[in-house]
This record gives sequence, structure tokens and C-alpha cells, in this order.
Amino acid sequence: MSASRISREEALRLYEGAGLLELGRMADDMRAQLHPDNIVTFVVDRNINYTNICINRCRFCAFYRDADDPEGYVLSKRELFKKIEETLDLGGTQILIQGGLNPELDIHYYVDLLGSIKKKYEINVHGFSPPEITYLANKSDLTVREALVVLRQAGLDSIPGGGAEILSDRVRKMMSPKKLSSSGWLKVMREAHMQGMRTTATMMFGGKENAEDIVEHLMRVRELQDQTGGFTAFIPWSFQPGNTEFEGMVPATAVEYLRVLALSRIFLDNVNNVQASWVTQGLKMAQVALRFGANDMGSTMIEENVVKAAGVSHMVSMDDMVNAVKSAGFIAAQRDTYYNLIRKF
Amino acid sequence: MFDSIDRKVRSSVRLGREEALELLGSDDIFTIGKLASFAAANHNDDMAYYVRNIHINPTNICVNRCRFCAFSRSRGEEGAYELTIEEIINNIKAAMPVSEAHIVGGLHPDWPFEHYLRILSEIRDNFPDLHIKAFTATEIEYFSRISGLSIDKVFEALKESGLGTMPGGGAEIFNTAVRNKLCPEKLSGEGWLRIMEAAHAHGIRTNATMLYGHMESHEDRVDHLFRLRDLQDKTRGFQAFIPLSYHPLQTDIGGSGASGLDDLKTIAVSRLVLDNIPHIKAYWVMLGEKISQLALLFGADDLDGTIIDEKITYSAGGVSRKSISEAELVNLIRASGKQPVERDSYYKPLKIWKAKE
Repeated sequence: MSASRISREEALRLYEGAGLLELGRMADDMRAQLHPDNIVTFVVDRNINYTNICINRCRFCAFYRDADDPEGYVLSKRELFKKIEETLDLGGTQILIQGGLNPELDIHYYVDLLGSIKKKYEINVHGFSPPEITYLANKSDLTVREALVVLRQAGLDSIPGGGAEILSDRVRKMMSPKKLSSSGWLKVMREAHMQGMRTTATMMFGGKENAEDIVEHLMRVRELQDQTGGFTAFIPWSFQPGNTEFEGMVPATAVEYLRVLALSRIFLDNVNNVQASWVTQGLKMAQVALRFGANDMGSTMIEENVVKAAGVSHMVSMDDMVNAVKSAGFIAAQRDTYYNLIRKF
Repeated sequence: MFDSIDRKVRSSVRLGREEALELLGSDDIFTIGKLASFAAANHNDDMAYYVRNIHINPTNICVNRCRFCAFSRSRGEEGAYELTIEEIINNIKAAMPVSEAHIVGGLHPDWPFEHYLRILSEIRDNFPDLHIKAFTATEIEYFSRISGLSIDKVFEALKESGLGTMPGGGAEIFNTAVRNKLCPEKLSGEGWLRIMEAAHAHGIRTNATMLYGHMESHEDRVDHLFRLRDLQDKTRGFQAFIPLSYHPLQTDIGGSGASGLDDLKTIAVSRLVLDNIPHIKAYWVMLGEKISQLALLFGADDLDGTIIDEKITYSAGGVSRKSISEAELVNLIRASGKQPVERDSYYKPLKIWKAKE
């Protein structure tokens, strides 16, 4: 891989100078090399948001509520179990469990939650993004490493890559000043990988970043992946400004989305999978994304609340997903969290 | 790939049916996109057009029952409506400033031809500067039937009442077998082409459409494009071609519709085959803003317009909203690298924006 690896400068030149179709062809060639079997995967899971109470108040977020807000909630175990059972009934293999930084919840809450899930169900728990893990570690006077050991013992299997936003502190100050820093995000991922946990990495673009920031983000993900190999997938998605402090800001267009997606595929030669974001882009765009570097459709998302809060809502069934993949010219396959194939369609 | 097609496109030699089929059957979207962009630049440089327009659908009550249509209703059925002329005038007033009114609607069982003429003349008298683009070939044929007038007389009367240009709807897919399944009651493909030819003879410029992504084959699409190209060779009356991506929700046919990749390829092949039609429109209402924007890199040069109050695609669960702001259209065009141009109904530039802010 390293022989063909592109440098930061080359990435910038490509991003700023290459035509979309040129970028697309490069990304498509690379995707075909990495996934010569022409299979496009997806996972059946449910996005469970255990709480929407959050102290971070990120300016791009339409989901959070303050602790005293009447719309604030913490999910009961009964509701949680019901959601898990529905997920299993639909052939789901994973729950993505994420929430706000809720000051009422400490490490005991998480240990109890994970333990009670694992005692009852055989399901992969993909949970708690780095800001949540760092917050609960701090609150409990634990190091990130210690917190991860405890969570993992309690039943946490893998970690979602959310909260990366743009890994440039200049941009973070503008978009999410209270959120975990770039190095804090990378530190949690490094620790998790060292302990043998797999994680994803995301990037939220279309906010206040410039081309350098995007390449910087990709660079930092690639560097960490060289050291740990722990990222299963990279997921770029575009900022949805509805119902946030940035309402009225012009969202990234389709052309910009595909440029970032293609550049990610080309640059991250050491990350095996790149996801299309149908949740933010719609199914037709996700089909197009499969030719601009993506090889995975993410999740069927039996439930999704965060993007929906920003006024963007697309619904797909497993059938829709399979049809969409097939009519884009690929073989559709359900996968597990670790990209092992479960069944082909 | 496509060496001979590439040579032909670059030296402005026409493509044959086999070549069009080869393109539609290929998955090399990057080469196809590049060729179509080359052809688009020949026609329109780097310009991408939009229009400030309002859609007026005077009624959804229709004697036809096309299976792909989620808009039409029978009289008395829930959701059936008729706009009064006063309501139409008020809607236009509220939508101003727009340069074009696009009027299509159901084939109403009771309205006489004179009522349609009155709609036009009242609009013209109230808004003398507003361009009226109205009535598909299907409606024209219906007017002739209910009035007992010849097609020629119908056109004369419409022009006298203020008709400027005609949209391209009702073409659906020309192939008879598919058409009989889709919309058995509707004007035939030959009938559609005949009426367009007559319109062009009366100096009325029109658009042309093709509804795809339902049950037609690639051969049917190619045949449709070639029949349009042949007529255009004769009349030169088509201004724009608009491939319409079928929306499956709430229609009788079901299915999953064309993929986003198929949408882009269809735009590109249309651009490459229809060398004699100046504009290819990526109609954002049907394709969504995202695919329409990408279509500008696959041979399209027009996004249609701001469209106040679109109802027909919306009823079929279209992916889009009912209108879009001028600023959004300009931003979509700019972000694709093209130069935004506000046009009139004949593609005369009304406002040329800078390509980049």
C-alpha cells in the first residue's frame, strides 16, 4: 500500500483541483481493488439513544436537551430491552447505543446497563463515542484506559466513531467548543484499539472547515490506523444545519459530499471500508456513493433520532436496502459489526 | 472504452442506436459522464440555467387513469379539486416575481375548451409580462375532442388567448406495448409526436420528456430518444429534453424506480443522442436536488425552476419539496462548478451570475 500512498500535499491538490469524475474514478478503482468481489454490505442494527440530556450543547446539534428541559429523557431498561428484542426479531446483530453527556449518569449506570443487556441478549453492543467515554471516566476519577477496561468487562464490544467531527481544534472551537479535543478523541480510539476493541471513525464536514482541515482529519485517522489497525470503517457525512444554531447555513451539496467521500477512499489506504451515508444523503445518493469510493451502506437504522432532529429523515427497509444495492450493480450482503458476511441476497 | 463513440462525440458525428444501447448497458459512468459533459459544453459552454416559475395545476380531476399517476382523482373522490380562475390569479400574484407560469392539469370531464382559453386570457390580461407555458399534447388532443375543432384550430385559439410555449409532458414512453400497460387511455406515442409536430408548425416551441424506470427496456428508451431526434431534425421545435425518473410510491405499478446511477446515465445518454436538442433538463422535483446537481456533471444544463407549488410529483412521494429558493439553485449550480444563469422561457439569459462567489 505504501508505494501508492498519497501525501497530504497530493490530497490537497486533488481535493482542490481534480474534477469530480476524475476523483470518482480513482476512488472507484481503489474500492474495486480492496473489494474485488463486488459485494456491498450493510448491518442491521438499531440506533438507541439512552439519553438526550447533554452538557456539551454543541452548536451543530439539534438533539440535545438541558437537564431541566421537560423534553429531556433517560431511557428505562424496560424500553431499552423492548428495543433490543425488536432489533433481534428483525434479524439485527448490533445495537448502536449513544447518548448525551448526562451529569446524572456515572460509571455504575453504564456497567449496570451493559451487564443487564449482556445477561439477557446475544447482541453486539457498539456503544459510547469518545466524548461519552472521556466524560464518564473524568466523572468517576478513572483514566480513559481504566474506564475502557471496566466498560469492556461489563460488555461493551466496539465503539462508534462519532464525535470526531473535524479533527482540527480550530474548527472545533467554532462548532463545538465544549466537546472533547481532537487529541482526546484520538486518545480514546488508540486506547480502545490497544485493548483489542474495534472502532469506526467518522468525519462531519460542511461546517466551518476548509480543505486543509479535511485533509488534516484524514491524516490523523490514517496515522493512528498505521499504529493500531483498529478502525473497521470510515464514515464521512455532511453537517445538517436544520434546528441548530447554524440554521440558515448552506449545507454541503451532493458534489461536495462525493468529493470528500472519494478523497477519503483514496487517502485512507489502510482503512478497509468506507460507508455511504444514506441517512444524510438519501438512498439514490448512497447508490451513487457506491461508485465514488463507498463499499458499505452502514445500517438499516431501525431507529434514528439525531439526524431526524435536524429535520432530515429518510426511511428504508431491509428490502429497500437490498434493492438499492442490487440496482446500483452490486451484490448485497448483510454483515456483522466486524464486516464478516452473514448472508448474501 | 467507447473509443469509436469517443471519436464520434468529439468530432460531432451522430451516434447510432447500437451505440446508445452500448452506453446504457455500460457501468463506466465516469467515461459516459465525461463524454456527456463534452457534448454539453458544445451546446451551452459552462452555463447551467434555471427559471423563476410557478406551477399551476388547475384541477386534478381527470378522465384518464394512468397507472403511474398519483395525482389524478375522479370527480367527487376525496382530494379532488378545481381551482377557480380567481384563485389561479391570486396564486400567481402571491408568487411574483416569476417569469413563467407552467400550467398542466387533469382532463376535466365537464370543463369546455372555452374554460381553458379563459384561464389563459385572464392570466395574460392580469400579467402581460408573464410567459405562459401550458398544456401537454394529451391535453391538446382532449381539447380537440371536446370542442370538435381540429388540432390546428385548437392551437390557433390557444395562441390567441396567450399560449407561448408548451411543456413536454405526456410523452411517457413511446413503445406501444409498454405504453398500453402504463397508460392505456392516453394519447398514443405517434399521436404525441404528431401534436408536437403541429405545435412546432404553429411556431410554438415545446419541450419533450421520457418517463423511465418503470417497466421499459433499454431498447425502449433508445427508441424513444431516436424518435424525438428524428422529429427534431424535421421541426427544430424542441427546446429541452427532460428525462423523468418514475416515482413508485402511491401509484399502481409499484417497483423501486431507477437507481441514482441510472438517473445520471440516462441524462448523459440523452445528451449524447439528442445532438439536435439544445438543452437537457435535470428536473429537480423528480430527481431531488442532489441527483439534479450531479446531473450537471453528466450532461444536463438546466435545473428547471424555483417552482412555487408543485403537486404532481409530490403526490407520488417525490423526494423533493414543493419549491426551492433562487439562492439554493444558484448555490447548487455554483458548487457543481457551472455558471448559474437565470433564463426566460426561450433560454434567453435574464441574469448571468458569477461562477464563483
